[in-house]
Amino acid sequence: MRSFYGTNLPNPLMLGTAQYPSPAILEDAFRRSGAGVATVSLRREGAGGAGQAFWQMIRDLGVLVLPNTAGCHTVKEAVTTAQMAREVFGTPWIKLELIGHTDSLQPDVFQLVEAAKILTDEGFQVFPYTTEDLIVGERLLAAGCEVLMPWGAPIGSGRGLANEYALRAMRAEFPDTPLVVDAGVGLPSHAARAMELGYDAVLLNTAVARAGDPAQMAVAMMRAIEAGQMAHEADPIEPRDMAAPSTPVIGKAFLS
Amino acid sequence: MTTWSVIGAGVAGLAVATELIARGAEVRVFDPHGAPGPHGCSWWAGGMLAPWCEYENAEEPVLRLGQRAADWWARHTCVERKGTLVVANPRDLPDLKRFSRRTQAHTWLSADEIARTEPDLSGFPQALFFAEEAHLDPRQALACLAQGLRDAGVAILPERASEGLSNVIDCRGLAARDHLTDLRGVKGEMLVIRCPDVTLTRPVRLLHPRMPLYIVPRGGGVYMLGATMIESEDRGRITARSMLELLSAAYALNPAFGEAEILEIGVDLRPAFPDNLPRVRRRGGTIYANGLYRHGYLLAPAVAQAVADLALENKRTELVDEDHP
Repeated sequence: MRSFYGTNLPNPLMLGTAQYPSPAILEDAFRRSGAGVATVSLRREGAGGAGQAFWQMIRDLGVLVLPNTAGCHTVKEAVTTAQMAREVFGTPWIKLELIGHTDSLQPDVFQLVEAAKILTDEGFQVFPYTTEDLIVGERLLAAGCEVLMPWGAPIGSGRGLANEYALRAMRAEFPDTPLVVDAGVGLPSHAARAMELGYDAVLLNTAVARAGDPAQMAVAMMRAIEAGQMAHEADPIEPRDMAAPSTPVIGKAFLS
Repeated sequence: MTTWSVIGAGVAGLAVATELIARGAEVRVFDPHGAPGPHGCSWWAGGMLAPWCEYENAEEPVLRLGQRAADWWARHTCVERKGTLVVANPRDLPDLKRFSRRTQAHTWLSADEIARTEPDLSGFPQALFFAEEAHLDPRQALACLAQGLRDAGVAILPERASEGLSNVIDCRGLAARDHLTDLRGVKGEMLVIRCPDVTLTRPVRLLHPRMPLYIVPRGGGVYMLGATMIESEDRGRITARSMLELLSAAYALNPAFGEAEILEIGVDLRPAFPDNLPRVRRRGGTIYANGLYRHGYLLAPAVAQAVADLALENKRTELVDEDHP
């Protein structure tokens, strides 16, 4: 198992904490699914450190907390938000998100690399939200990141793994780096697919928070993720064009 | 006869006092701020009585208990029963479909039907219409309740209730956190604008990926534009982002809103429990009624009835979650 900056995740589900109908439902989704990591946004709720009641609730979930820089558009904003996150949650972990495009919320990979370098130098353990681009991945590792989080599809779109070929290539290119599919997952089958490709975890939020029954969807995601992980570890068969009968037909003994 | 001391003259306190009086109890109301005003978060509310729309993102009691609200309020103030329109920008049409799936008691309107219902709302190919919903003017509603209490001989005493009173009903909202540790504040920001060029006669909601933005007509070309929902307890000023989002919503409904005057900017914290449902709690001699969240006007009648049932008849209804007399 690949470790995340020396920490082994209790399980591969990273669950966001935004957009739930109520904190009680959020808590229920974590409790019932057993998700091991909670991501939390500081940008919007953060004015003046005033999100205390909500943040306390996140701490009380008793899971690993991965603060994020969601909503940041510049290096400066992201760095400031990361520094605040470290103060609030007492963790060097930061999910680095730098939005480059308003409609697709695509990461700005140029600023991402720059911010990752600054934060790593300041002692942060950076989880960069990136695209599936291999060169960007290499630059992020060179900047000191030890985890990569490529998108499956645009944030909140629920479209699944839009470029499975590239995600597969990324897995092959970075065999020792923990990889997380972050964003775009809408259904458990998408999450299972990411794990079947050999990814180490899946990060999702909207698909659970905006489901009619968030807690039940969280459980469904967890089961799918575990199924995908088990399948990957079990070394699945290769697909083939012709049938391969499971019982031999030639030379079979028969009585006439 | 027992005299009940209601603390807090916001929508919860006034509704509770009104309900107790209607059932023949003796009541006095304490609020150091005196009459209802901008110090209380119910001053900044939208005043939508929209249980079906709210159910999209709320628990079942909001839908069921909220349906009684319009009739209760109509006994005390002017209630407009014109329904709610829900629209979405073309790129967010999947959200409108989802909204229709998650709610009841609505019909789909075509572009022509929208034009007949609200002629100044153009450019939307379809809308959901919730005919049963209503709205009121919150400040007028508070004034009507306060006047009704005065007419019944109940004064709103501009002072703090003295320590050690018994038969207290604590309706202080977020200030009651000193006793209700699971209460939190959820920040809301709103605008009041004047735009006589646009005529809308009923609340219109514009679906948005993060929050339901809505506009409520107050008459005379004045509109309330609300409201953000942020898990923050910063009661400071509105952020530029929130202002942009609120104004963009109005602009999307009708570009003529671009010429509106901004009359007021409101920022306050909604008191909420972890499941965002209100609670009635009896602890010793005090009954706490709190946690109305974004449903102050929608659920104040149900909360008032639950308090009266508990206080006067010792009846525990579903909103009562702790009872230690």
